[in-house]
Amino acid sequence: MKKTMTLFMALALMVSVLTGCGAKDTGGSGKESDTIKIGLNYELSGNVATYGQSSVAGIELAIDEVNKDGGVLGKQIELIKVDNKSDSAEAANVSTRLATRDKVVAILGPATSGNTKGATPPAMQNKVPLISSSATDDDVTVDSNGKVREYIFKTCFNDSFQGVTMANFAFNDLKLKNAAILFDNTSDYAKGLMNSFKKTYPSLGGKILVEETYQAKETDFKAVLTKIKSTNPEVIYIPGYYEEVGLIVKQARELGIEVPVLGGDGYDSPKLLEIANKDSLHDVYYTNHYSPMDTAPEVVAFKEAFLAKNGKDADAFNALGYDLAKFLVDAIDRAGEANSEKIKDALASTKDFKGVTGSLSIDENHNPVKAVTILELVDGEPKFLKKLEP
Amino acid sequence: MIMEEIIQQIVNGVSLGSIYALIALGYTMVYGIIKLINFAHGDIYMIGAYVGFALTTFLKLGFFPALILSMVICAILGVIIEKVAYKPIRNSTRIAALITAISVSLFLEYGMMYFFKPDTRTFPSLLPDKQIKIFNTDAVLDIKNVYIIVVTISLMLLLQYVIHRTKVGKAMRAVSLDRDAAQLMGIDINKTISNTFAIGSALAGAAGVLVGTYYNSINPLMGVVPGLKAFVAAVIGGIGIIPGAVFGGFFLGITETTISSLGGSLYKDAVAFAILILVLLLKPNGFLGKDVKEKV
Repeated sequence: MKKTMTLFMALALMVSVLTGCGAKDTGGSGKESDTIKIGLNYELSGNVATYGQSSVAGIELAIDEVNKDGGVLGKQIELIKVDNKSDSAEAANVSTRLATRDKVVAILGPATSGNTKGATPPAMQNKVPLISSSATDDDVTVDSNGKVREYIFKTCFNDSFQGVTMANFAFNDLKLKNAAILFDNTSDYAKGLMNSFKKTYPSLGGKILVEETYQAKETDFKAVLTKIKSTNPEVIYIPGYYEEVGLIVKQARELGIEVPVLGGDGYDSPKLLEIANKDSLHDVYYTNHYSPMDTAPEVVAFKEAFLAKNGKDADAFNALGYDLAKFLVDAIDRAGEANSEKIKDALASTKDFKGVTGSLSIDENHNPVKAVTILELVDGEPKFLKKLEP
Repeated sequence: MIMEEIIQQIVNGVSLGSIYALIALGYTMVYGIIKLINFAHGDIYMIGAYVGFALTTFLKLGFFPALILSMVICAILGVIIEKVAYKPIRNSTRIAALITAISVSLFLEYGMMYFFKPDTRTFPSLLPDKQIKIFNTDAVLDIKNVYIIVVTISLMLLLQYVIHRTKVGKAMRAVSLDRDAAQLMGIDINKTISNTFAIGSALAGAAGVLVGTYYNSINPLMGVVPGLKAFVAAVIGGIGIIPGAVFGGFFLGITETTISSLGGSLYKDAVAFAILILVLLLKPNGFLGKDVKEKV
């Protein structure tokens, strides 16, 4: 008797749980019809958290503007923001969750190349477009066989473009012929920049004296820097992220290495100045997506709106995030329907989209064709140096 | 030029080694007295750095007041951790204590992340930013390294004094030899163990503030790798032996720098842990350790 009772109770419990689930599901899909859901898969914590947070701040500003103007296709946009903890395995989990549980029409993010690659397979499987505004690695949108990943897009230039630009800048503008390379061996991004610099610089006539590596999260670089110093380079190319680069530049200056330091968009964070302090940040040049010193009217309008909402000046990741959200909204509008498949086709056929970081068109490899900016740090403050069209 | 490079690399090795030695001191001391590998030591070091950061950034204290206050706060934290986490399992197996230490470590890391955000924070520069040229060559020594080395050696001497020359130290040594017999002689075991944790954690706090000002960037996971390296250093020197920790720290720092300067910067961590394995296989009591048979 007691046994049957327990069995019955267990059954009753199961039924109630199941119905509970069912009820929730219908609630979810009912709500789906009045908003368009967009997933954000970003680094809100962890070692590249400033990139993720900055991108999200830009996206939120853009979506606020769109929603205030009546949304897109007559619907409001709902952002579902999930933290991938700056970890590529977690980025994959977040992608799966957004695509299957939240049923978003498209995913924005992550901010770095490594995490974007982690987030890619679930997006491909679930046929949800995933667009990153700062995953600059060349093979984010193209697989190892050179085939385009159908649902993956990006709105920033390739790493190889950054490396080529810096090699040209070092050789032609700074007129320096002997370079050393120090790169983050644990980062796809840094390796991409390094490889294209290494290919381009010697082809121009320059010489690479030494090539050294470090690993993310290290704090003491004096041993490799001493080795680099002994080869007497005229310029050092250090592709990497601000946390380590800040320490490297500081320690290099302490060891008496005063030559110019070149890098990529990973330098773009106010933390770089905090870590390295302004005395060591001289003769530092880097490629970037955007310059706040640009005086184009759309840039000025964006800067003012961002300042009003967030109480601080916009950096490149803010601008990229803002462009990314507007770029997706533009595609949803052209698709005419909030459907992942149609949005994907609209994204692929984007021509001359006008954004804060320059106008862009999507090429056959799902990469944008757009300009690159070179910035120089003077006492730790970025100064606009020049803008190079592709 | 080549001579200069060698001198600079030795200086780099000694600087790096002094940091390992400083953290290893507290590790080895706690192990020496209560035979517990306190894996949370690296995280107390991290908390020390955060306390130093808060004191100097928000309360605008100078270097020495911040150092001392941070040591005091870490000592209190160490005693609390011992009372809450280690005391209830004092008579359980060694492995239980070890696992508890690992969980305390994770608790501190992720607790700090939760409450104080995982972002890197920048330490204000408290020590003079100056480099000294060595023997009129291009090789330079950072003045901050001099502070670290001086503090490490002084703390080592002070610890030796406390343990071998004071009553507190005598009680510690007695507890380390035979806990029950010590209790029969009228030694307050709880108080002695609390003292051990207080001193060990204060050392970790000092290391946190010093390293925080040295690299001027701190984050909640900053204690993990240095904690492990300090553990390796303590084992190399002979865990439980105070001069051994300092020896092990310098040895490890110079070895890593040598590997990097020979072009193996990616393998330096692998080499550090390979040395740990070799030492454990060939000389389990460490370089400065005596071969003492464990009593049954």
